[in-house]
Amino acid sequence: MSAVLAGGFKAYLYRDLLLAYRCRSDLARPLIFFLVVSTLVPLGVAPEPARLAALAPGIIWIMALLASLLSIESLFSSDFQDGSLEQMLIAPNLLAMPILGKVTAHWLVIGLPLALISPLIGIMFSLPAVAMLPMLLSLALGTAVLSFIGAVGAALTLPLRKGGVLLALLVMPLYMPVLIFGSATIQSAVDGLAWSGSLAVLGAFLAIAMALCPLAIAAALRLSS
Amino acid sequence: MSAENILTAENIAFERNDSLLFHPVDLALSRGEALHIEGSNGSGKTTLFRLLTGVLQPSCGSVYFRGKPIEQCRYDYLSELLFIGHQSAVKGMLSAQENLRWMSPPATSSEEIAFALTSVGLEGYADIPCHNLSAGQHRRVALARLIISKASLWYLDEPFAALDKQGIAFIESCMQAHIEQGGAILFSSHQDLAKTAVRKYSIVGYQEAF
Repeated sequence: MSAVLAGGFKAYLYRDLLLAYRCRSDLARPLIFFLVVSTLVPLGVAPEPARLAALAPGIIWIMALLASLLSIESLFSSDFQDGSLEQMLIAPNLLAMPILGKVTAHWLVIGLPLALISPLIGIMFSLPAVAMLPMLLSLALGTAVLSFIGAVGAALTLPLRKGGVLLALLVMPLYMPVLIFGSATIQSAVDGLAWSGSLAVLGAFLAIAMALCPLAIAAALRLSS
Repeated sequence: MSAENILTAENIAFERNDSLLFHPVDLALSRGEALHIEGSNGSGKTTLFRLLTGVLQPSCGSVYFRGKPIEQCRYDYLSELLFIGHQSAVKGMLSAQENLRWMSPPATSSEEIAFALTSVGLEGYADIPCHNLSAGQHRRVALARLIISKASLWYLDEPFAALDKQGIAFIESCMQAHIEQGGAILFSSHQDLAKTAVRKYSIVGYQEAF
């Protein structure tokens, strides 16, 4: 029975990855946003390596946060429009499992690629080499938390036609702790301090988000539909 | 309420914007029976389906599955249920085969899916993205679930919309076979079934707000 209740994770993970693969241009948009906006900073602020390196941890994290927010809005909206959300709601399995599958798929197609191209941006900002690994790890963990939190907001704003701005207002405050500990991880590494502590806090955030957010999203989807 | 009834709805009503959408509905459905829900546009047929599936909570009244309120036997109820809504849940970017794959139980084999697609007349269209198919073919992809599903209770919201004559005849024969095997069907449609005799239930919408 528990295996049956837990069903749906793999099916929805696979389906959303397949859908993402079919719409590759949509997929590239947050990544290109991340890259382009990051190149604006040296032009707008100052091209001096020392100043850029000082700004880098914060800027990179804010860009990652915005890129994740940009893409989370559509997480449930197409399912809502074509009726697949209804099918998800009336599946006998626990609703949290397909949701976990969908959010995992979102992280795999948005958060993980962002983390993987971040060293490129790090070089652009003349970030010291010791900070590259902590940056990659903090983004990989942190964007997963962002996907979970953003999905709660996306589920709550689902019935609104133009929920984009409201979604941003709703989830931005919740993104703050992730931003603080994410940039702190990079900053500690730049300063030559131990960075595993703030990374562990991000890991703890992820553990909590993974356990609680699917339940919150399920409740929000039942309210919204 | 007899135990024979698979589904019983007692006095359910739904309130939207401070007015009732339709007159309270009482209906019962037993094994081997089809019930045709009739009603004019906007009378709340789709909402009724959403109330019966538990996606929406009724403002008053309750729905019973085999004599138990559906909140108490959610798993049993939903695993016996196949609902094909007005929105077909077919993803345009996926092929017919891929769409059926994720909508079917995980144990469904590729042969079963291929057979279902052939039955609904989509042989040769299995690998084409569904956004290239016509509205009727879209509908056929969704209705192919009737052949795969082992659920005993079918809810079909406007199953005949966009289908051609052969399609309608085929779906009707599927429904007939399902009833003969002891299943139960609740469907809404603006046209009558040609061969199968069914009970009808008219849902009456409140024309103006109270």
